[in-house]
Amino acid sequence: MTDSKYFTTTKKGEIFELKAELNSDKKEKKKEAVKKVIASMTVGKDVSALFPDVVNCMQTDNLELKKLVYLYLMNYAKSQPDMAIMAVNTFVKDCEDPNPLIRALAVRTMGCIRVDKITEYLCEPLRKCLKDEDPYVRKTAAVCVAKLHDINAQLVEDQGFLDTLKDLISDSNPMVVANAVAALSEIAESHPSSNLLDLNPQSINKLLTALNECTEWGQIFILDCLANYMPKDDREAQSICERVTPRLSHANSAVVLSAVKVLMKFMEMLSKDLDYYGTLLKKLAPPLVTLLSAEPELQYVALRNINLIVQKRPEILKHEMKVFFVKYNDPIYVKLEKLDIMIRLASQANIAQVLAELKEYATEVDVDFVRKAVRAIGRCAIKVEQSAERCVSTLLDLIQTKVNYVVQEAIVVIKDIFRKYPNKYESVIATLCENLDSLDEPEARAAMIWIVGEYAERIDNADELLESFLEGFHDESTQVQLQLLTAIVKLFLKKPTETQELVQQVLSLATQDSDNPDLRDRGYIYWRLLSTDPVAAKEVVLAEKPLISEETDLIEPTLLDELICYIGTLASVYHKPPSAFVEGSRGVVHKNLPPRTGSSESAESPDAAPSGVQAPEPPAVIPTQGDLLGDLLNLDLGPPVSGPAMAASSVQMGAVDLLGGGLDSLVGRGSMGGGGGSFAPAPSAAAPASLGAPMGSGLGDLFDLTGGVGALSGSYVAPKTVWLPAMKAKGLEISGTFSRQVGSISMDLVLTNKALQVMSDFAIQFNRNSFGLAPAAPLQVHAPLAPNQSVEISLPLNTVGSVMKMDPLNNLQVAVKNNIDVFYFSTLYPLHILFVEDGKMERQMFLATWKDIPNENEAQFQIKDCSLSADAVSSKLQGSNIFTIAKRNVEGQDMLYQSLKLTNGIWVLAELRIQPSNPSFTLSLKCRAPEVAPYVFQAYETVLKN
Amino acid sequence: MIHSLFLINCSGDIFLEKHWKSVVSQSVCDYFFEAQEKAVDVENVPPVIPTPHHYLISIYRDKIFFVSVIQTEVPPLFVIEFLHRVADTFQDYFGECSETAIKDNVVIVYELLEEMLDNGFPLATESNILKELIKPPTILRSVVNSITGSSNVGDTLPTGQLSNIPWRRAGVKYTNNEAYFDVIEEIDAIIDKSGSTVFAEIQGVIDSCIKLSGMPDLSLSFMNPRLLDDVSFHPCIRFKRWESERVLSFIPPDGNFRLISYRVSSQNLVAIPVYVKHMISFKENSSSGRFDVTIGPKQNMGKTVEGVVMTVHMPKAVLNMNLTSTQGTYTFDPVTKVLTWDVGKITPQKLPNLKGIVNLQSGAPKPEENPSLNIQFKIQQLAISGLKVNRLDMYGEKYKPFKGVKYITKAGKFQVRT
Repeated sequence: MTDSKYFTTTKKGEIFELKAELNSDKKEKKKEAVKKVIASMTVGKDVSALFPDVVNCMQTDNLELKKLVYLYLMNYAKSQPDMAIMAVNTFVKDCEDPNPLIRALAVRTMGCIRVDKITEYLCEPLRKCLKDEDPYVRKTAAVCVAKLHDINAQLVEDQGFLDTLKDLISDSNPMVVANAVAALSEIAESHPSSNLLDLNPQSINKLLTALNECTEWGQIFILDCLANYMPKDDREAQSICERVTPRLSHANSAVVLSAVKVLMKFMEMLSKDLDYYGTLLKKLAPPLVTLLSAEPELQYVALRNINLIVQKRPEILKHEMKVFFVKYNDPIYVKLEKLDIMIRLASQANIAQVLAELKEYATEVDVDFVRKAVRAIGRCAIKVEQSAERCVSTLLDLIQTKVNYVVQEAIVVIKDIFRKYPNKYESVIATLCENLDSLDEPEARAAMIWIVGEYAERIDNADELLESFLEGFHDESTQVQLQLLTAIVKLFLKKPTETQELVQQVLSLATQDSDNPDLRDRGYIYWRLLSTDPVAAKEVVLAEKPLISEETDLIEPTLLDELICYIGTLASVYHKPPSAFVEGSRGVVHKNLPPRTGSSESAESPDAAPSGVQAPEPPAVIPTQGDLLGDLLNLDLGPPVSGPAMAASSVQMGAVDLLGGGLDSLVGRGSMGGGGGSFAPAPSAAAPASLGAPMGSGLGDLFDLTGGVGALSGSYVAPKTVWLPAMKAKGLEISGTFSRQVGSISMDLVLTNKALQVMSDFAIQFNRNSFGLAPAAPLQVHAPLAPNQSVEISLPLNTVGSVMKMDPLNNLQVAVKNNIDVFYFSTLYPLHILFVEDGKMERQMFLATWKDIPNENEAQFQIKDCSLSADAVSSKLQGSNIFTIAKRNVEGQDMLYQSLKLTNGIWVLAELRIQPSNPSFTLSLKCRAPEVAPYVFQAYETVLKN
Repeated sequence: MIHSLFLINCSGDIFLEKHWKSVVSQSVCDYFFEAQEKAVDVENVPPVIPTPHHYLISIYRDKIFFVSVIQTEVPPLFVIEFLHRVADTFQDYFGECSETAIKDNVVIVYELLEEMLDNGFPLATESNILKELIKPPTILRSVVNSITGSSNVGDTLPTGQLSNIPWRRAGVKYTNNEAYFDVIEEIDAIIDKSGSTVFAEIQGVIDSCIKLSGMPDLSLSFMNPRLLDDVSFHPCIRFKRWESERVLSFIPPDGNFRLISYRVSSQNLVAIPVYVKHMISFKENSSSGRFDVTIGPKQNMGKTVEGVVMTVHMPKAVLNMNLTSTQGTYTFDPVTKVLTWDVGKITPQKLPNLKGIVNLQSGAPKPEENPSLNIQFKIQQLAISGLKVNRLDMYGEKYKPFKGVKYITKAGKFQVRT
């Protein structure tokens, strides 16, 4: 008597037979028939032909039969919209049923029927149900609003359901609150701009109360919603944290992780000296560790998130290294993640343990895992200097095993260790050389050749070794060929007498017999160098190389901050912001960590402010190509990046990049590039051109020509500074400044080619930034840039680009592409380029606004050592679009009242107090967005002092 | 939220699908099959798979893949937790979560899924509530139903659904009132070659079986609650009481449930109840090797170690093994290369030993990797962390319940490296 009997009829007349049964008079037979229909449906069989017959069974008091028919309806109504209308009456009737279960069922099912015509009939019953006396019905109705919104958003807005839904947030029943929050969050996702979840301290309080009483799933919705709230000060942040902390002990791991997100985010606002801060850090560790004892799928998601948390706040888990030790029956995806975190947590204190573990892993069965373990040993050596020696000896032990792929990986990482600690471990070279023959992977061969070339003077038979590679030169991969060429040239420069023939041979192989342009180019340049000036060649080729950095695959700090706001979501699994991969979320609002608001840094202490402005330099990070490309450039430069796939391989990319960089720096400053070679020249970048921009740029150019004359009328332009040194950009040096001329902003650049190769195909892109600065026209470099030549360019900018809050606010990340590679740099722009020409406020307006802005938004600064008179100040500032509205003389002091407006419409009001005897002015700024104040102050200072 | 669910068996047949929003074509599972093929082993299929328009989040339980389709940014843990809950519910309803059980009860399964999720939002996932809405199948009921024509579906609103204690229904009645607690501890450990502990921790749970009438309010206290510093609670537990008094105070769900789970971390010393002496070696160029393993009791607090089973994944080059055991039986599967030795009880007077010759494929190189030994064991009447229940008090009801606590220690992921 099991349900499997429903699957048995497979005869031709099945549908016909079912039809007859459905129309039977016997209730029991009817029900059996409906069950058969449902069974067929579950396995994907098409039973839509039975629609009218099944719908006929709907009018029944038997709840089970009713539910079954509803199930059927939901599945097929879309394909039979006209028939579905037949069901409407029953629904409407059921919505009035005295049994709340039936009322809820009816409204729930109606919402699932995705037919436009039905939705019209749904509105009235839904309105009633949202106000139903029974909370079970209300909570079901709340979800129904989200369903309806999905089908017909306009209808939901017109009918005012959104407001009703907002009211439900204050419902007395926690389950209703949770569902209302869930529904609103879902609706808000498709309406990023709307202020649906307008959170304020009162509603937050209600949510926190509901949090304790609703179901686990409701808790997740509420916590995720809380995470979007910006507490107004550290005290509020702390009180929310206190009330969220108990959720860390929940049995449901999703609740735990959502709670972790809220805490990680709000912690940002707490001062580090606070006792509570330390307590919170301590409380976070155990739940994170507990997540690792759950099912492997949960572990995986947890580990991806822990990876982020460890980068943001390493102190949380620094004592928990052991829980990340790999068990041999962990699934491979868990193993690889654990390994990654182990390296991040490695420090002098625990390195011995870590190394012992890594060595153990290197003898496991899984090839991918073993490779990664070997690499990890190398990374430990680079990260923890004290351990380098032990790491190297571990690697040598591994080489002794003679397992092919272990040896190859070991050689690749030893090369990196040599680069980090030059002239320290060269004694191992002999052992490495023994394994020369077993290397068959290009990466390992290239690494070995690099080692031989680099230390040619210490290897007696270096020429023989390299010669042996030369035999099959044309069968090698480009990577190996380039490396071989460089290594032999190095060898020649070190031992010129014995190796003349060899170098001749390789140069002719590279230049004459190869059809790879990179290889030919590099061959020619060596040839030229060697034949014209061997001394210069030595300087170039044997130049000292920069040390490699410690961490090669850290996530960029701004991205990391954004990802911390997305803990627990898909974004945290892929380590990409949702905008990079979630379909249809074009307008996703970017989340950012709240700024720390230590109460000591209030506006009263003017001296504290400037120091706050100079935000601590973010740690220098070599971002992996994949991450930056995805985030910074979207798709314009380089090959298209398809989000998640890229993320998966980003670790490997990092490694490749390391080697690429290594190869390039071999040629020192005179790099011919191509070594990294991973980026094919992209089709010329399509920079977003905006309307009206060409005219603006033309005007800008005109003014540029008039030079000195315009200087008075335009705003202050700082002298150009070097933004991208040639060292970092394969010979391309970029210096520049920002200017504002008659309403148009431009970026004045000087590109200098310090490489030995012609550069062309320039393109430029900005990352999203606080004010949406973007190039208004493509970067126009008319002729290719010959070596040692410079070109001046004025790049018109507009402010219609996409906006993301940066830290510091005026940070601008730029990518420049040329035929060689893509380069990244970031620069700070002075805020006054954003002061618009119509920034003069009416007097009355000024007074009203000044009063209107709350006092806590006022910030005070001191401008020191400025001896201008009030009039001079006011005219100087006017040049930079800071307008004086009124001037008063109070007790011998001049008070200037000024206003300015930013491109994004933010008004800033200022009061400048000038005492004739005192060279420092007092500047009070009032603005609705107080975070701009320090930057406005900077702009004042720059303008006044120049 | 969760869009659709597909259940897929090991041979790759989609044997059930359920959609909570619009219908998503089965072809979306092709991406899953692709990943499955790549992973070779079923356990290694990544849990989150991106496809051009959807994301697939899957779990693997009881030889079934539960593959859910999502379209928007949803917390993956939320989905994974929910999928495990679905599997738990099937287990609870049908006694097992297998393809046959699901197919045999397909209509109930469908009704359950509909009840558990609405528009992708979890609706009712507590087994107490579900059982009031949809009655679990029993032989008796299906006979009765077929005679009387009544149904499996409850037609009143579940009582617990909206109260502040959604996990308990009202009007519970038992003739024998009893409350049992099982303190179960599992030792996860990695022991290295030389026998020293690389890593060890205890994962504990307290599973309860409570059959008490009415609305009992229980409080459970421990002799040494300070051991519990990392605990996850069932929602029924009052967190504040625990914070202030270290007492578990709760109104229990009816029936079986997990009260708390806890972790005694590696900072506290973890007693390792067994030791293993091993000698596994392969000779160079001779296509054979030696295998000699002895298991003995260590810190077991005077209790017997029983149910000992050792499994070893031997290297690929191993053809077969000729072993003799002083106790228990062993099997070697030449296809999967898994050696299983069922030892049983360890008596300290005569330690169980398994030794003999390993035959390797001729001509194959000496295996590089050292197999890890996986050990399972059980110790009755002992919680290895030392956790002890002090007393259980009941308030709110008049009767005198029968109470009981049982302790058991087991091996979790207990592996010995060689």
